[in-house]
Amino acid sequence: MTGQEHLIHRYLRSSKRFPHVWCPGCGIGILLGALVRAIDGNGYGKDDIVLISGIGCSGRLPVYLDFNTLHTTHGRALTFATGIKLAKPKLKVIAIMGDGDASSIGGNHLIHSARRNIDITAIIINNQIYGMTGGQSSPTTPFGLHTASSPFGHLEHPFDIAKLVEAAGAPFVARSTVYHARILERLIGTAIAKSGFSVIEVMSPCVTHFGKWSGIGSAVQMMQWQKDNTVSIEKARNMTPTELQGKVVTGVLIDAHKPTFHEEHARISREMKD
Amino acid sequence: MSKRVVLEASHAVAEAVRMADVDIVAAYPITPQTHIPERLAEMVADGDLDAAYVPVESEHSAMSCVLGSAAVGARSFTTTASQGLVLMHEALYIASSHRYPIVMAICNRALSAPINIWCDHSDVMACRDTGWIQVFCQNNQESFDMTLWAFRVGEDPDVMFPVMVNLDGFILSHVTEPLILPDQDDVSRFIPEYHYRLALDPAKPTSHGCFGLPDIYTEVKYSQELALRKSRSVIDKGWKEFSNIFGREYKAVETYKAEGASTLLVTMGSLGETAKMVIDERRANGEAVGHLNLRLWRPFPFDEFRDAVKDVKTLAVLDRCYSFGGPGGPVASELRSALYNQETRPHVVGFIGGIGGREVDAQAFGYMIDRANEITEKGSDDLYEPLLVRGLESGTGVRG
Ligand SMILES: Cc1ncc(C[n+]2csc(CCOP(=O)(O)OP(=O)(O)O)c2C)c(N)n1
Ligand code: SF4
Repeated sequence: MTGQEHLIHRYLRSSKRFPHVWCPGCGIGILLGALVRAIDGNGYGKDDIVLISGIGCSGRLPVYLDFNTLHTTHGRALTFATGIKLAKPKLKVIAIMGDGDASSIGGNHLIHSARRNIDITAIIINNQIYGMTGGQSSPTTPFGLHTASSPFGHLEHPFDIAKLVEAAGAPFVARSTVYHARILERLIGTAIAKSGFSVIEVMSPCVTHFGKWSGIGSAVQMMQWQKDNTVSIEKARNMTPTELQGKVVTGVLIDAHKPTFHEEHARISREMKD
Repeated sequence: MSKRVVLEASHAVAEAVRMADVDIVAAYPITPQTHIPERLAEMVADGDLDAAYVPVESEHSAMSCVLGSAAVGARSFTTTASQGLVLMHEALYIASSHRYPIVMAICNRALSAPINIWCDHSDVMACRDTGWIQVFCQNNQESFDMTLWAFRVGEDPDVMFPVMVNLDGFILSHVTEPLILPDQDDVSRFIPEYHYRLALDPAKPTSHGCFGLPDIYTEVKYSQELALRKSRSVIDKGWKEFSNIFGREYKAVETYKAEGASTLLVTMGSLGETAKMVIDERRANGEAVGHLNLRLWRPFPFDEFRDAVKDVKTLAVLDRCYSFGGPGGPVASELRSALYNQETRPHVVGFIGGIGGREVDAQAFGYMIDRANEITEKGSDDLYEPLLVRGLESGTGVRG
């Protein structure tokens, strides 16, 4: 175990930024661990990586890590990331967003980044609620759920983020949960190594708000919920729609090759020169 | 029957919106505004407010949504703060230019960067020139009262402008105080049923959002400017009616112990309450000091302001916002230019403080009075003085 602790401590800005803001039992810290191990496992140097986030509990993640980091405005992580990638194509650009950040206020940027196929890894921490502002419904909040902004039950139906970005053209789409921390780590490693716009949707418990409103309850119960309600894509392929009802399908959902924005750009420059 | 209740200002605003019987609420959450839309959502859920409530996907969407509902003549409300307000910016101009009487409560908060959720006035000052009527509140009762008043005035056929009601984030939005909630019949009397003459209606087609080519744009903008200035009389009438019905008096410019004062502290928003405390102490010591609360920011109350300060030697003005590279804080600079052509005028000494939640306490107001008097006495070329900056000796001003 001490080996693991050492690894994390090499990457934490522990002398400056702690204590962190997350509630006990929040899933974001587990994702942070998985992200660090994935980056370390891929052998990248600290200076190769830039983490960009919007605003939200999830947006705090880069602040605690010793990479190039940029904490931006709510919803705009991907646009800042696009600018960084264009100016410094060699950097591994990773955008960390909440479900609200990525799919409500920043939803436009999400679909356009996927369509553009710019070489960015988008990690979307989906806790199905606006955590930081106090538990209001987000675009991934389940229909009918009572929240701080839908005390009558949420009247709107949720996005399936993975399907949304798939339809918008993202060549790599994966989903996992913080309960499956090891699998998550491997998926993140794959996504960062992959060129083009890759999206990982990470189901993560917001104990404080989603736990309360959904009635699932404590941190342990929310973890148990993740364990009990996820099905790997391999298994899901042999299941009926009825069997899949209410299940979260995890794993690599899309893995295609498409020329990236930079590749197309290089091609056109070449053709112009010829 | 009116009743005495204990509410935080956010809930007081929500009560006013409920009693005004709005039709549409569109909002996106942002600290420290969240309690307003959450309370409204509860009221809708409980059947206490017969309105459509939509939790939209951003503030730009919130403002755009109420633009749509206002276009068909629905009474429409939204609320935001800080980054949310500046994200709305584009749509704010549409509201005032289309003359939609949308009411918006703003829980004033600092702007990024760095990220800061605490109070100052940078958010609303960035919207100074958007053509909205803009008022500030000092406490929870005023937050309730100004919200009611905003519907009454904005929707007046002689006004038809959107109204921003500013209440200081956290300091008011999250603080619980006693206040009086009026009787619903009185509120209904104060805010008559709203009828929008130019509402989009297939039976009587109108067209909103037309092109204004150079041959007409100038005239359109000039008429908008005149109309906003003309709304001053209805603004005052609204407060007069308010006091007739509810018994509380408001004015565009409000003074406290200003009679015979040679120095006035000038504030906007909740800090007025602290300032008045300091004035009480100083008056008890026999000093000729008073307070001026600038309630109405747009349209600016030139006559009342000039009249209120005509016999005063010194104005010590607190701005909670920078105007980077400019002539000082927006309030002090406007007061200065409002007075510039007057034959006799007080010396305007500007201070910028209370930024991003930095406390301005009684001691700081005491300092402002003394320092402003000293500057009037000795003269100074400084544009303004930043207050309570760590590492900066007090008395260090910023030069032009
Ligand atoms: C323009 C703007 N509007 C609203 C906010 C307020 N705000 C901060 S975080 C947030 C949502 C947080 O939810 P999510 O993005 O899902 O992240 P989480 O906190 O759940 O990790 C909101 C609405 C803001 N910072 N900026
Ligand atoms: S509010 Fe929710 S998402 Fe935010 S830190 Fe707490 S548990 Fe995590």
